[in-house]
Amino acid sequence: MPFALLKYGLSSDYPAEQDLPPPKALAASYDVVIIGGGGHGLAIAYYLAKYHGITKVAVLEKAYLGGGNTARNTAVIRSNYLTSEGVRFYAESVKLFQNLSHEFDFNIMYSERGQLTLAHTDATVRAFRQRAEVNKHFGGRTEMIDRQQIAELVPTLNLDPGHLPVLEGLWHRDGATARHDAVAWGYAKEAAKRGVEIHQLTEVEDLIIEGGRLTGVKTNRGTVRCGCAVQAVAGHSSVLAAKAGFRLPIVSYPLQAMVTQPVKPFLDPLVSSSALHCYVQQTSRGEVVFGGGSDPYPLYATRSTLELKESLIASAVEMFPFLAKARLMRQWGGITDMTPDYSPIMGESPVENYYLDAGWGTWGFKATPICGQTMAELIAGGGKVPELIRPFHLARFANFQQVNEMGATAASH
Amino acid sequence: MKILHCPLNGPRNISEFIYGGELKTMPDPATCSDREWADYVFYHDNLPAVVTEWWFHSASGYWFLAERHTLTDEVLRTFDPGELFRQRVEFAHAETPS
Ligand SMILES: Cc1cc2nc3c(=O)[nH]c(=O)nc-3n(C[C@H](O)[C@H](O)[C@H](O)COP(=O)(O)OP(=O)(O)OC[C@H]3O[C@@H](n4cnc5c(N)ncnc54)[C@H](O)[C@@H]3O)c2cc1C
Repeated sequence: MPFALLKYGLSSDYPAEQDLPPPKALAASYDVVIIGGGGHGLAIAYYLAKYHGITKVAVLEKAYLGGGNTARNTAVIRSNYLTSEGVRFYAESVKLFQNLSHEFDFNIMYSERGQLTLAHTDATVRAFRQRAEVNKHFGGRTEMIDRQQIAELVPTLNLDPGHLPVLEGLWHRDGATARHDAVAWGYAKEAAKRGVEIHQLTEVEDLIIEGGRLTGVKTNRGTVRCGCAVQAVAGHSSVLAAKAGFRLPIVSYPLQAMVTQPVKPFLDPLVSSSALHCYVQQTSRGEVVFGGGSDPYPLYATRSTLELKESLIASAVEMFPFLAKARLMRQWGGITDMTPDYSPIMGESPVENYYLDAGWGTWGFKATPICGQTMAELIAGGGKVPELIRPFHLARFANFQQVNEMGATAASH
Repeated sequence: MKILHCPLNGPRNISEFIYGGELKTMPDPATCSDREWADYVFYHDNLPAVVTEWWFHSASGYWFLAERHTLTDEVLRTFDPGELFRQRVEFAHAETPS
């Protein structure tokens, strides 16, 4: 080995960087236990340590870090929702995402491509106009564009798929994508640096509730006491809630996606069709990612189905006919926690000292930073609900005050 | 291709069916509280277990019940709702002031 190279290896100026400290035994108690080591759980841990100086925190993950929906999602980041509550919340998240690489000093490959959603009916055009206006009102960059502008933006797009000609498009300049694994790793690394313990292969099997208050959790590695806990377990939200003794307005559905082999760059924006229930984007490595609507019925298995893959491919090929020649490289599914109004459930639960970060369905990756920040604020404040997430309280269902984002979420994530 | 056994039409392709939700007991809409109604409409057990659920065969317009494991997707049994509902359900109408 050349001496010059060895010099770097041995020099104390260039110490080997450690991503996560090696695993150790669980402590007897923590101030905060976070159930679920996906992007959300890790972000909550990071902001607790960074902004609130709360570091006696354990993230308990039953499998491996970021291996749930954080690893399975198609990483669409956008804020062009329909309701004021939704747009305000997601727009804040987009802002946090824009600065995340700097904050971590680690490249999350945030890439502002813009998102184009196609309208194929007059009713959709009207709904899109409303979304454009609401988004502009909250400082987002969204406008309606016509067929000619669409053709200029995405020359390879078929503007007349089947019996559904494209009428107009909702062009959201703030739309972006990022490397989803890097987001989880970035949060994990920075949280661990500040003293947060991350325990993988640690499943929460039961909750200890005494007199209506949560006091600890039972895991496959022993019992842990805690000041409070938060569940951030996506598709398994109802399972954890049942252990806490309550039900949720959630149904768990599989959501599937797939990716082709890399091809030459041809597609800059993220393109989504409201009628074909399909969205297509090209990653920075050249692979083409397809995603679509959820499975037709609930299931707790992440298996893929031929029916859904077939219909998804049919739609993708309608949009970009030359993709018929592309070869698929991978396909997968994740379990998504769907709420009736397509908005999340964040905040307090019926059990004292037990907080909910649930109902993220098919749209929660883009909310990872703002969710982490607001949930950390909630926990640090001892249950004082931050203004931004007040509309997403569980009680909205019993009060009939839903935040209806169905039209803005259904097929575009 | 997944096949579901319709109690009326026999084995059919799953794409002919529409999922209709968990079987729950409906409270009387005229007398129950808002909370009870919200609980019935929005809340679900949603657990990985054998669940009794509604299914609809869209080609023949027929509703029936199925016992399905929501972790393995195994359908244990499908049956006519007549097995559980022996009487007609009458909806009481609350007097609404005009
Ligand atoms: C195919 C697909 C495409 C998607 N596309 C998009 C998109 O483009 N844009 C977008 O914004 N969102 C998208 N989503 C949704 C998004 O992935 C999720 O909402 C988001 O990742 C949720 O993050 P999380 O950290 O809460 O969940 P997860 O990453 O699923 O983390 C939850 C973790 O909890 C762990 N866990 C569960 N039970 C226990 C237990 N008892 N004890 C300990 N740990 C437990 C799990 O192992 C898991 O790692 C998509 C989802 C899928 C499946």
